[in-house]
Amino acid sequence: MHTVDKPGRLKDSSSSAPQPAALPALTRDQKHGMLRMMVLIRRFEEQAEQAYLRQQIRGFCHVYSGQEAIAVGTESVINRDDAVITAYRDHGHALARGMCPKACMAELLGKATGCSKGKGGSMHFFDKSKHFYGGHGIVGGQTPLGLGLAFAQKYTNTNRVTLCYLGDGAINQGVFHESLNIAALWKVPVIYIIENNLYAMGTSVARSSAGDPLVKRASGYDMAGIVANGMDVDDVRAKTAEAVNLARTESLPSIMEIRAYRYRGHSMTDPRKYRSKDEEEQQRKRDPIEIYKQRLIDDGSITEKDYDDIEASVGAEVKEAYEFALNSPDPELEEVFDDIFAPETQIDEIERRPKWSYGD
Amino acid sequence: MPIITYRQALNQAIAEEMERDDNVFILGEEVAEYNGAYKVSEGLLDKFGPRRVIDTPISEGGFTGLAVAAATYGLRPIVEYMTWSFSLVAFDQIINNAGQVRYMAGGQFEVPMVIRGNSGGGLRVGATHSHTPENWYANVPALTVITPAFPDDAKGLLKSAIRSNNPIIFIENEILYNYKDEVPEGEHLTPIGKARIRREGSDITFIANSASTHRALEAAQTLASQGVEAEVIDLRTIKPLDFDLIAESIRRTNRAVIVEENKPFAGWGAQVAYMIQRHLFDELDAPVIRVASLDAPQPYNAKLEDYLMPSADRVVKAAKAVLA
Repeated sequence: MHTVDKPGRLKDSSSSAPQPAALPALTRDQKHGMLRMMVLIRRFEEQAEQAYLRQQIRGFCHVYSGQEAIAVGTESVINRDDAVITAYRDHGHALARGMCPKACMAELLGKATGCSKGKGGSMHFFDKSKHFYGGHGIVGGQTPLGLGLAFAQKYTNTNRVTLCYLGDGAINQGVFHESLNIAALWKVPVIYIIENNLYAMGTSVARSSAGDPLVKRASGYDMAGIVANGMDVDDVRAKTAEAVNLARTESLPSIMEIRAYRYRGHSMTDPRKYRSKDEEEQQRKRDPIEIYKQRLIDDGSITEKDYDDIEASVGAEVKEAYEFALNSPDPELEEVFDDIFAPETQIDEIERRPKWSYGD
Repeated sequence: MPIITYRQALNQAIAEEMERDDNVFILGEEVAEYNGAYKVSEGLLDKFGPRRVIDTPISEGGFTGLAVAAATYGLRPIVEYMTWSFSLVAFDQIINNAGQVRYMAGGQFEVPMVIRGNSGGGLRVGATHSHTPENWYANVPALTVITPAFPDDAKGLLKSAIRSNNPIIFIENEILYNYKDEVPEGEHLTPIGKARIRREGSDITFIANSASTHRALEAAQTLASQGVEAEVIDLRTIKPLDFDLIAESIRRTNRAVIVEENKPFAGWGAQVAYMIQRHLFDELDAPVIRVASLDAPQPYNAKLEDYLMPSADRVVKAAKAVLA
């Protein structure tokens, strides 16, 4: 296994030390739960990679390995009825939201039992009941949607907030800046979380984005900008709590830049020729799961045996999800026309598929 | 029945629906304090306040995306574009988000939103400001495309669109904003997806929409003085297409001319012409002719622009060719 650096010695962390005082202390069960979720995400993605290599998952598949502390840490300070929206590297956020691993794996395999009925695929997970609004395939395209969710939360006086995740590459899409401007102008309770994993696909952040840290973009819009260490779930948690507090109590948007490292390629088809094996090995030495595991062992929250139990139960859960997905049916061909239109309730139903075909 | 303008009809529709449902709100550039760049939203800010009548920055992509997500959250936004020509900077939000999110989510979300604004040529504003994008959006399976030609339909269709649980592309036409006609007061819903015969005739069928309906009617008037009775169908809704009415008419007239402002290649008329030959081949006494804009960017010069656009004269000429 990798050697573990203590969080205080992380090289590129520009964050200050975590401030657990700002948050209620976690119970042992909560810590255990966060660690288990990070492990679940990692093992889920490993299973997805295998299924991809077996061509059971087709198309694009972007795995989250290395970034688990971001989804888990941010999720840990919001409520179940807050909203979450992200881009195409969405498996980790979906699982952290509490979506069913079986439905997620089935979606990857395109099955009718998938969280989007097999119509979305890896990049388009959704679960309305969990307030998980996707899963969006176009870089930056989800950023005005995050704005709109938070706008609607405010319009309807819910006192809820929205977390909108994006990658470091997405910050250069124009619509992100349009969204920032509106969020700040109208005081919309959205938190933009830039997951800076150092690469916009194959283009390093240094070659892709002017301005360091990236979160400086917040200042142009008079918004709070917060940096966190994405390899340390406690730091993510503490910093996110500040942003959520601003959104919840003052309806103020903010930008977070959470730095992590994407262990795998941009997608499964990416051979990662733009970076060295040495770099990857160095980065893996500060693995977020290892760091948190060691911290929990050190503070007496768990034992090595507890961790082994986590691995065993996660392994079983992922295996069960995979088998569920394998054994699930494909959607019926007729379903290709389902789910295009919502039924009408306030006007007469619109005749959508008349006897005259538009095509053959 | 009161006679009001197309513009006032739209305004009535929005005001009545906002009165009816607090989830309905309107946002766009200059819709509130300026009272609308084209005065369609005149008076709404005074009536409903800034929570529901919202001036936006010039960020069509941003506020369109905002509206899409607000719709998935249960609100019923009306997005106003100063002109549909500006929708191009929001193309991703309209097509990928409004147009796909329900399907990609396996039907978990509804997207009850209306995107509306004016369109069309003839105003000497050049190539970037004169688009008629109904065919672009009609190509997206989940989008409904409406293009009213008369004030009563402008009101009735907009009210229906706001009440629909699906994303509606509502394309008005600037040269019609001052057109006056009878419009029912209060509750008046025009069904989406139903065309309307605006002039009956037995010799030839004109199929048109929006401002082109008026060109077709003018041409029919000219032909009537020459003893030819043209039937004029105003599609009102481009998609879903009311082919029932088209078929019913062509079975009587056996001849058709399509009048549209789209550029000719893959304009909506190409789809209608395909369906006529596919489904009504044996009913036709002559090939269908399309009168569309010419295949050139919109020129600024008035003579050139008039030459490029479909006109009643061109419709008459086409009708004579079909009748020959």
